[in-house]
Amino acid sequence: MTNTAEYTDPRLDAPLQGSEADRLDSGCFHCGTPLRGSVFIRRDKSFCCAGCLAVFELLTENGLGDFYRFGKAAGVRAKAAPKAEEFGYLDEPALRRQLVDYADARQTRATFRVPSVHCIACVWLLENLYRLNPGIGYCRVNFPRKEVLVTFENSKVKLSEVAALLAALGYEPQFDFADAAGRRRAPVSRRLWLQLGVAGFAFGNIMLFSISSYLGLDAFSGPALRKLFGWISLALALPALAYSGADYWRAAWLAVRKRVFTIDVPIAAGLAALAAWSAAEVLTGRGPGYFDSLAGLLFFLLCGRWFQQKTYDGLAFDRDYKSFFPLSVARRNGRQEERIALCQLQAGDRLVIRNGELVPADARLISGPAMIDYSFVTGESEPVEKIAGDHVYAGGRQMGGAIEVQTVKEVSQSYLTSLWNQDLKERESSLETLTNRYSRRFTKMVLAVAAGAALFWSLRDASRALGAFVSVLIVACPCALALAAPFTLGTAQRILARRKIFLKNSSVIEALARVDTVVFDKTGTLTACGAGSIAFRGRPLQEEEEGWVRSLAAHSTHPHAARIAKVIGGKHASQPVRSFFETPGCGIEGIVAGHEVWLGSAAWMESRDVAVPAPATTSGSVVHIAMDGAYRGCYTLAGALRAGAEETIRRLSADYELALLSGDNERERERFLELFGRSSPVHFNQSPLNKMDFIRRLQAPGRTVMMVGDGINDAGALKQSDVGVAVVESIGAFSPASDIIMSADMVPRLHEALRFARSSVRVVRLSLVISALYNVVGISIAARGLLTPVICAILMPLSSVTVVGVACGLTTRLGRRLGGEAMPKGEARP
Amino acid sequence: MIVILLLIPLSIMIAAIFLLAFIWAVRSGQYEDTSTPSMRLLLEENNTKKDKKENE
Repeated sequence: MTNTAEYTDPRLDAPLQGSEADRLDSGCFHCGTPLRGSVFIRRDKSFCCAGCLAVFELLTENGLGDFYRFGKAAGVRAKAAPKAEEFGYLDEPALRRQLVDYADARQTRATFRVPSVHCIACVWLLENLYRLNPGIGYCRVNFPRKEVLVTFENSKVKLSEVAALLAALGYEPQFDFADAAGRRRAPVSRRLWLQLGVAGFAFGNIMLFSISSYLGLDAFSGPALRKLFGWISLALALPALAYSGADYWRAAWLAVRKRVFTIDVPIAAGLAALAAWSAAEVLTGRGPGYFDSLAGLLFFLLCGRWFQQKTYDGLAFDRDYKSFFPLSVARRNGRQEERIALCQLQAGDRLVIRNGELVPADARLISGPAMIDYSFVTGESEPVEKIAGDHVYAGGRQMGGAIEVQTVKEVSQSYLTSLWNQDLKERESSLETLTNRYSRRFTKMVLAVAAGAALFWSLRDASRALGAFVSVLIVACPCALALAAPFTLGTAQRILARRKIFLKNSSVIEALARVDTVVFDKTGTLTACGAGSIAFRGRPLQEEEEGWVRSLAAHSTHPHAARIAKVIGGKHASQPVRSFFETPGCGIEGIVAGHEVWLGSAAWMESRDVAVPAPATTSGSVVHIAMDGAYRGCYTLAGALRAGAEETIRRLSADYELALLSGDNERERERFLELFGRSSPVHFNQSPLNKMDFIRRLQAPGRTVMMVGDGINDAGALKQSDVGVAVVESIGAFSPASDIIMSADMVPRLHEALRFARSSVRVVRLSLVISALYNVVGISIAARGLLTPVICAILMPLSSVTVVGVACGLTTRLGRRLGGEAMPKGEARP
Repeated sequence: MIVILLLIPLSIMIAAIFLLAFIWAVRSGQYEDTSTPSMRLLLEENNTKKDKKENE
C-alpha cells in the first residue's frame, strides 16, 4: 500500500486565483453543488458539506488526489459518513450468503449495485478502493450496469464495512430485496456470442472450400478433390448446426408440440431440408451440397438475433414492490434498536420509522403523530395525518419525525403486496408478432408451390421430382423474413433510446403501433411534481413580508412549504427565524424580524381565532397566512401541467381515445375535463385496483391500451395494459414494472414517438414484401429444377443484405424526423 | 496439387486457433462489458500502473 504516495496536483496546493466570490461561484470542490450558507474550507478549497470534505481528505491522504484531475466537481455529493453498523444486517449469514457471488474461508467476492456511478472519475475511484482499505483486493466496475465487483479478505474487512466505505464515498450501494431473494441475472449474451463465433467460423471456412466449386474446380483436378471438399464442409457445418442452431431446433420443437406456429418452424424446416439434402449429396458423392448457404444462413440469423437483443442493463423493467422496499428496518428490542433484514420481519415486531422512510408492512401506529405520504400507493399527493392506534398501510412514507409502529401482518401479506398477487391477464405473448403472422401465410404458400413442383415433375420426369421439391424448400428458407423485424425494430429501439425512451425489448414497438387508447395518470405524469404555479390571493404582500414568509417556509420539509419557499425564494435573503414550531398536518409558526408569522390550513387558522374568508372555488391546495394574529391572504398551489403536456393531449386526442385516472382528489376535475374533452373518461380518487379494472374494462372490447404512469400505484395498471409506460424524472431512478421507461421530458413528444412506432412497423412490412419478391425469384428458379449451389449462394446473402439495408436505412431516416434532442451516440445508455 | 493436402489442414488449424481464442475471450467475460474498458484505457497512467504491480 502506498499511503505515502506523493501527490502533486497544482490545483490542490496552490491557492485558488480570484476573489472570494469567484470561489463560491465555482461550487463545492468535490461535488460541484453551489455553495451557500455554511461552507467548509480546507487547503483553500471550499466544500458544501462535511461529507464532501471527509471524502476529499480521505482521498488526498491516501494518494488518490488524482481523482480531482478528471474535471471539476467529479465527485458525488456524500451524505454524512454512515456508520458500518447501519449496514450491519449485511453480515447476517443468511442474507450475506444471498448477496455475495463467491466466498471461501479467506476471501469474498461481491457485486454491489451503485447507481450513482456516472463518469470516468467514478470508475477510477472505485477501481482504486484497495488503496483506501488494505483488506480490499481487486475491484472492477461495470459501467453500463452500474455495478462494482469487489474482492476482499474476510479476516480484514467485513461486507458491511465495504458497503459503508462505498456509501461514505457517495456511492451508496443499493440492494434489492429481489436480489436477496436469490434472483440473479444470468449472462444471456455469452452463449449468443459463442454461437455467433462458431457459425462465423463454419461460414468463413466452408465458403473458402465452396468458391472453388463455383468456379468449376473439376476441370483441373477431378472429382476426388471435390469429394474431399464436400466432406470437409460437412464436418465444419455439423458443429454449427448442432451448437449455433440449437435455439432454433428447440424453439421449433416447442412450437410444434404446443401446436402454435412461429417463424422458428419454417426456419428449422428450411435448415433441416438444406442439411439433409446437402449431406445426402456429399455422402453419395453427387455434389458439394449447400453447406456454404447453410452456414451463412445460420450466421445471418444469429446476427439478427444479436442485433435485436439490445437490453438496457442499467434499467430494471421488472421491478416489483420488493425492490421498492428497504432491505433492512430498524426494530426496537426493548430499549435497544437493531437493524434487521426485511425478510426477517415478523408480525408483531416494533419498528422505528424515521423521516422519509417507508412502512414496510401493514402496521398499527404506537407513537406518533405521523404524517403518512401514500403517494406511491394511491397517488394522493396530500400526506395523511395518523394518530397513535391508527392503522398504517405498507408503502406509506413517513414525513416528519420518527414514529414507532407495530406490524400486524408480515410483509408478504400486506395490502400493497396483495396488489401484485392479483391475477393479472397473461400478457399476449410474443407469438402474435407481425413476422409470425406473415410467415404462416408464407409457409403455406411455399409448401403449395413445392408440392406443385413435385407433382409437375413427377408427371414429366419422376427422377427430378424430389429434387425440385427440396429445392423449393431450400431456397424459400425465410432468412430475409426472419431478419426484417429484428433489424427494423432493433434500429427503432436504439433511436428511441437516444431520446431517452427505453424499451424493454424491440417487440414493444409492434405493440406501440397497435395502441388505440392512451390512459394517463395525473400526478407525476401530466403534472410535474414540485413545480406548480403559485397564486397569491388577498391584499398583495409587501416585499419584506414576502421575505418573512419565505424564511419561515424554508424551515419546514412539508411539500407545500418547500414549494412556496422555492417559488418566492429567489429574490429574498434568508432571515433568522426564532421560536419555530411545526404542528404536523396543520401549519408552521415562527418569529421573523420581530413579527409572528403563521402559515397553515384554514382549520388551524380558525382554531387560533383567525377569521378565514370563505374560499372562492379553487382548484389546488390552499395555504393561509396570518401575521401578528391577523389574516393576510393565502397561496393557492396548483399542480402544474408539464410544459407541452397540453399540446400532447390535444394532438393525441385526434388519433387516440384518451382517459385520465388519478388517485388524487377531485379538486382539479374541471381543468382536466376541459383538457381531455367532455366525452373522455376522467376519473379521480382511483385506487390502484380501480385503475387496473378500468384498463381491463377498456381491453374487453378488444382495445389496445397504453398506460402512462409513474408510481407504484400505477403498477397494476401498467402491468395490465398492453404497453405500460413508466415516466421517470431521471433515468435510473425507481420505476415500477413496465414495458417502456421514459424520461419525463419526453412526455410532450409522446405523439411523435407513437407515430414513429407506426412507421417503423410499416418499414417491417415493406421489408417483408422485398424478401417475398426475392423468394418469388428463387422459388421460380427452384421449381423449374435449375437451382445450383452458386445461385443459392448468391441469392441468399443478397436478399438478406437488401432487407437489412432497407430496414436500417429507412428506420434511421424516420428517426431523423422524430423530434427531440438526441443524445450523442455514446451516451445513449441509462 | 498434392500440396493442397498440406495446406488444408494448416488453414483449418489456424482458423481453429482463432476460434479458440474467441471462445476464450467470451468465456473470460470480455464481451459482457464493452464500454468500461474503453474508459479504463484513459486511466491506466503512472501511479495506477505502479500500484497494480505492487498489489499483485
